[in-house]
Amino acid sequence: MFDTSFTWNDFLYLLDGAWVTLQLTFWAILLGSFAGLLCGLLRALLPRATLPLAWVLDVFRSVPLLIQFVLFNSFKSIAGIDISAFAVGCIVLGIYAAAYFTEIVRSGVLSVPFTLRRASRSLGLSYLQDLRYIVLPMATRVAFPGWLNLVLSVMKDTALVMWIGIVELLRASQTIVTRIQEPLLVLCIAGLIYYVMSLVVAQLGARLEKRWQEND
Amino acid sequence: MFDYTFHWRQAFKALPDMLAGAWVTFETAALSMIFGVLIALALTVMRELKNPLARGFANTWVSIARNTPSLFQIYILYFGLGSMGWHVSSWVALLAGITFNNAGYLAENFRGGLKAVPGTQVRAARSLGMSAFQAYRMIVVPQLLRIVFYPLTNQMVWAVLMTSLGVIVGLNNDLTGVTQDYNVKTFRTFEFFAIAALLYYLIAKAIVAVARLLAWRLFRY
Repeated sequence: MFDTSFTWNDFLYLLDGAWVTLQLTFWAILLGSFAGLLCGLLRALLPRATLPLAWVLDVFRSVPLLIQFVLFNSFKSIAGIDISAFAVGCIVLGIYAAAYFTEIVRSGVLSVPFTLRRASRSLGLSYLQDLRYIVLPMATRVAFPGWLNLVLSVMKDTALVMWIGIVELLRASQTIVTRIQEPLLVLCIAGLIYYVMSLVVAQLGARLEKRWQEND
Repeated sequence: MFDYTFHWRQAFKALPDMLAGAWVTFETAALSMIFGVLIALALTVMRELKNPLARGFANTWVSIARNTPSLFQIYILYFGLGSMGWHVSSWVALLAGITFNNAGYLAENFRGGLKAVPGTQVRAARSLGMSAFQAYRMIVVPQLLRIVFYPLTNQMVWAVLMTSLGVIVGLNNDLTGVTQDYNVKTFRTFEFFAIAALLYYLIAKAIVAVARLLAWRLFRY
């Protein structure tokens, strides 16, 4: 019962898949963080003018990620844009992350009391200085746990890119299952890798959070 | 660059089938939410118990549900149980997977909500002669549900979006499954999936609107 045809090479193949998962997460979060930061600041500072932006981003949060992948992938072929499936995955996940991060940044910026900002302005700080020295440090502490949760959820959502043909961790495990026909074992190993990756990211984040709190 | 002609008429002809699929999607999500809330309540209570076995079980459930992709959870149920000789249909695997996931996330929300209900209230209820179960049922849970109402609607929208994963394990009668069937037959990927995206958006918005109405009706004291 306990003999298995799961080899060391299969395990390395899974780790390769995990590496693709991490790369996807990294690029998607990079894109999502910059775009989300920009949109979130705009949403918080100009709430009326950017209302259409909120509606657009809401669409990305209300449509399943799987369908977003398929739509963007077919749109890519229709419009004749020549980019790899990996880039498609990064862009779609990035926009998806940006849609969520916008809300996180917005609530972070709005959590800074308005009187505090008025006080800083009356002390002679310019608008940008107020943003840089007063709002940024306080909003970062509020928004960081949300950002960390977003990183974890994006990492889990990368599993969906298998549908557009990228071999990441879950797809790699699928390939091995097809060959050795031991789904339970292989899937458990893949799940363990996901679990460990999530745990490591969560631990790093918790440590960072603690270090910031020491300086408060 | 743009030498593609859209064939929307063909896609609109499939609309009745897709609406039927949307209903299946909604039903699946609603079922998974009902079971998810019940299990999450049980998990929340189990995490409060002193019994290390119950607490360990609940904690393991929550951490697996939250730290692995939902697609992986559905896979394990579909292929994993299949390899043990339990052949579940893809719909059952999907429902069980989403329920598992919902329960894990909701249990974490409920724990936060539970902290907001003062412990003195439970003691007051007990001193009025209620049993522990009664105190939970009549004092804690109603307040808890009020606090977690917003996360609950959020999770419901999530559940609807998660049902789209059923197509990967071969479900073909929910919204994504029907769409994929038409896609395979006609290769009009963009048109069909655009309509599916629109329908998902409408379902999500309808849920949020109904939740808002409900909140207005229920929580006005």
